[in-house]
Amino acid sequence: MTQTVNSNQASSLSMLITLGGIAMLSGLLVVLTWQLTLGPIQENQRVMIEKAIFQVIPGAVQRQSYALSDEGLELINPKQKKLKKSEIKFYAAYDEEGQLKGIAAESAAQGYADMVRLLYGYDPECECIRGFSIIKMAETPGLGDKILVDENFLANFDALDARLSADKKGLQNPIITVKSGSKKNPWEVDAISGATITSKAVGKAINLGAEKLLPKLSAHLEKLKQMQAVPTTQVAKSTKEKAE
Amino acid sequence: MPIIEDHTITADTFLSGIWKENPVFVMLLGMCPVLAVTNSVINALAMGLATTFVLLCSSTLVSLLRNFIPKEVRIATYIVIIATFVTITDYVIQAISLELYNALGAFIQLIVANCMILGRAEAYASKNRLLKTLTNSLGMGIGFTIALLSLGIVRELLGNGSLLGFSMFGEAFQPWVVMILPPGGFIVLGAWLLLFNWIKERNAALTLANERGTS
Repeated sequence: MTQTVNSNQASSLSMLITLGGIAMLSGLLVVLTWQLTLGPIQENQRVMIEKAIFQVIPGAVQRQSYALSDEGLELINPKQKKLKKSEIKFYAAYDEEGQLKGIAAESAAQGYADMVRLLYGYDPECECIRGFSIIKMAETPGLGDKILVDENFLANFDALDARLSADKKGLQNPIITVKSGSKKNPWEVDAISGATITSKAVGKAINLGAEKLLPKLSAHLEKLKQMQAVPTTQVAKSTKEKAE
Repeated sequence: MPIIEDHTITADTFLSGIWKENPVFVMLLGMCPVLAVTNSVINALAMGLATTFVLLCSSTLVSLLRNFIPKEVRIATYIVIIATFVTITDYVIQAISLELYNALGAFIQLIVANCMILGRAEAYASKNRLLKTLTNSLGMGIGFTIALLSLGIVRELLGNGSLLGFSMFGEAFQPWVVMILPPGGFIVLGAWLLLFNWIKERNAALTLANERGTS
């Protein structure tokens, strides 16, 4: 303000310089923060996913991470997270006796404010989705985040039908979110009234993930069932590492 | 017209944000996060601290650059500065805890639109020296956090029977669920405003009576 004492109008050049300078400074600050927080954020997401695996697959106590590609199945270390584009990462969860309890994988879809990233649990026994857990979202508190607590909504995922079609190329029925109270088929998700967009994002994310992963996975299910799960002690050790 | 800068920092510079010009209870600014994220103490505290951080950082930059920013583009400049620090806060909260980030949801990004921060930049930081601006902004930030906390404490206590997640009343307590729902925000804010204004008016009346008594 004091600068404009002499001339009432600031020159266009000084305006340009100010705005350009501020934009550059802010760009620099944002990039710097992004660089510095990238490590901790990824670590947080990994811990969150590990917790979520046992939440979306009831009865599981051990897990293995795999990368699935056209070449086949590959056991991976979750910490070493560089994946090729064609590879899909998923987790196989086992109970204490080493029985395969289910498959968990990540997916995402556009919600109301930002992408809703979630982990869903697939039960190969009943060929259905058993649950989901939010990894990251920015939905309106009190509205969008009802998807975490609304009992009627969560009941959709007791056994959400995800059967493969006869030719195993895709889902028999795509998973869709329908208007609150109009669910008729086991592959439909009943939306929460007042949080329709977030409900749709959940349905869409699961559908996208399932369409991509399940057809490819079906050929490997038998192999996964026989796969030796990580001994419990090793899991305990890795949980300890996480805590640190 | 030149503006004469008053550089003296008094206790009032700091305290006005907490009491006399409290952003929530007196100026009624930034109502969106006040009503939306005060359903638990931890959310209220996190939101208050995040807003304080953005307020302090943006006021600092605005105050330092106040002589270089042409007045025609000042609002655009302030918004860019505020948005930068909000983005930084967004990343930092993600790095601290994803659960907290998911709970605060869209309201972290919406700090950009918190008129208290833009108001401070326009009305204070652009006219005062760094130290004075910082003192005032800190007071405002603390005042905002206190206001959010006073709503959060009441709402979590009545609506959930707990404080910071610890159960306070035992099993027999029947929670007032409405308190953690949106209407509860309005009810509790209304009650606090009533109390705040009642105390203020009583104080004013007392001072007036004292002045009459002495004269």
